[in-house]
Amino acid sequence: MTHLDLAAPALSADWRRYSSARPWRAASHTPTILALLAAAFAFLWLPRLGSDYLFSAVLVPWLVLSLAGLGLNLLTGYAGQLSVGSAAFMCVGAFAAYNAQLRIPGLPLLGGFFIAGLSAAALGVLTGLPSLRIKGFYVIVSTLAAQFFVPWVFVKFGWFSNYNASGVITAPPLKIAGFVLSSPADRFLLVLGVTLAMTAAAWRIVHSTTGLRWMAVRDMDTAAEVIGIPVARAKLSAFALSAFYLGVAGALWAFAYVGTVEPHGFDLARSFQILFIVILGGLGSLAGAFVGAAFIVLFPIALSLLADHWLAGILAPGNLENAEKIVVGALIIGFLIREPAGLWRLIQKAFHRVQVWPLKA
Amino acid sequence: MEFFLEVLVGGLLAGVMYSMVAIGFVLIHKASGVFNFAQGSMVLFAALTFVSLLERGWPFALALAATLAAMVLLALAVGQVVLKPLQARPPIVLFMATLGLSFIVEGAAQWLWGAQVHALELGIDDLPMDVGGVFVSRFDLVAAGTAAALVLALSLLFNRTRAGLKLRAIADDPLAAVAVGIQLTRMGAFVWAVAGAVALVAGLLWGARTGVQFSLSLIVLKALPVLIIGGFSSVSGAILGGLLVGASEKLAEVYVGPLIGSGIENWFPYVLAIAFLSWRPEGLFGERRVQHI
Repeated sequence: MTHLDLAAPALSADWRRYSSARPWRAASHTPTILALLAAAFAFLWLPRLGSDYLFSAVLVPWLVLSLAGLGLNLLTGYAGQLSVGSAAFMCVGAFAAYNAQLRIPGLPLLGGFFIAGLSAAALGVLTGLPSLRIKGFYVIVSTLAAQFFVPWVFVKFGWFSNYNASGVITAPPLKIAGFVLSSPADRFLLVLGVTLAMTAAAWRIVHSTTGLRWMAVRDMDTAAEVIGIPVARAKLSAFALSAFYLGVAGALWAFAYVGTVEPHGFDLARSFQILFIVILGGLGSLAGAFVGAAFIVLFPIALSLLADHWLAGILAPGNLENAEKIVVGALIIGFLIREPAGLWRLIQKAFHRVQVWPLKA
Repeated sequence: MEFFLEVLVGGLLAGVMYSMVAIGFVLIHKASGVFNFAQGSMVLFAALTFVSLLERGWPFALALAATLAAMVLLALAVGQVVLKPLQARPPIVLFMATLGLSFIVEGAAQWLWGAQVHALELGIDDLPMDVGGVFVSRFDLVAAGTAAALVLALSLLFNRTRAGLKLRAIADDPLAAVAVGIQLTRMGAFVWAVAGAVALVAGLLWGARTGVQFSLSLIVLKALPVLIIGGFSSVSGAILGGLLVGASEKLAEVYVGPLIGSGIENWFPYVLAIAFLSWRPEGLFGERRVQHI
């Protein structure tokens, strides 16, 4: 038994028990169909229904953070490498997309996002290199190094911000095939499209040989090496693909959500936020990233509403942030103890209950 | 040359402060295998509680005792609520749990005592002293002396008491320790309480230097490279690592900084730590692990 692996052994054993006891669940297409219906609804009807506030303050950050969570989940949830430097990759993505747009005339928007992903992936490989020599959560050292190094580079070297005096760059208008995406609903559709396409790709990746290799490395890297899995390649590909997702998420964050390109928003707190999305939503589950991000986006809004209406005398506005920290911290510990597979597993269980009701599961 | 020496000594003394935080980590890691990310927030919590009690007119000794009691209570709560249910889980899960814990402790500390910066006066004036031609801050010397006393006290605790014997037994082989009747949870809470006391001392010294404020909890990020270099389970490694990180980051800031841009001390320790890891993955004094399938 090694002492340096992730939560995953317990997690995957749990999953095996769950899936072998109910073999028909693996063949069920209900979740896929529901997801497709939800996507169709989001594309066709939501833009007519939602208000600008809903799009720009809830849905867009939710999708971008989901994509970031998805990226980290590839690395941490599937390949078992803990990272606390996600925001660094997002930062690289944002600046790479900006510079690509600036310096390559006629580059389409999505091409810029692709370059953002590639640049972040390059940094990801670099960050992952020490993981070949060191194991377990020692890897967080190199991700932390990236987290502190990257914003420093973008602040220190003016070339990246095109010698902008304030260091805060307004993101260029979003243009796709001649259409300018200016309204919040347009930006939402852009983010939704990118996120859905990349989620589908992630689903393919984690079910491919690459994904299986990642999970073998996560569950026990020594054993994986013994059975002939190229551990180094698996780790580096996980770092690269994860960083690619985070880079695109960073570009979307800057271009479609906040509208500015600056290192400021990509600090350690953001990295922790993304890690918490993955832990709360569910380590090693793609849907978990979406659920976790929904929680992280909605919880502060819900808490401030609650403080305004019912807890007006108890919870002072100044303490909102502290209350949020305490609750999130407590939830993380609670989930790690009671349900390491996160909110998504709770939803699956509830779904199953409804299916078999009124028989007891 | 004199300037070089001054930077070096200043860096070494700053390193002492890093070591104080790192020692808290080492204690907990040795006894329970947990990498305690919440050590930084414990430093914040201890310093904030102490300074707030002082400001409310408590005498020094009473405030110190009350803060110590609060740290012990925190340790007991952590032992029961976090560590016990997570006992058999892999280190990464425990690490993430302490990440959550650090959020709780930070939130609670700021909820209780507010987020403003408190000045802390320990009665040591921060005057430069001339030691053999090199100017050294008196406060830093006192800090170094305190750290030395702390290390001495800890080594006595570990080598001369029954509790220390039990802790060493757990560090050596947890299963064998359980077999001879040592209670893991109780000793875990004990060592967290000791780490809480270390956090208090570190918090007082850091707080007197920089003011007691939220950024205290961020020194955890400086302690991490220190631990990597020194090894996670060696107190002397933590001290040496702290000195190395403190000295090299100050020297790098002064001599390399002008070449590639200032502010490199934020990331320089990490690069140093990575270089170190590639050379000696188990740290200077760490134990080499053998993997079994």
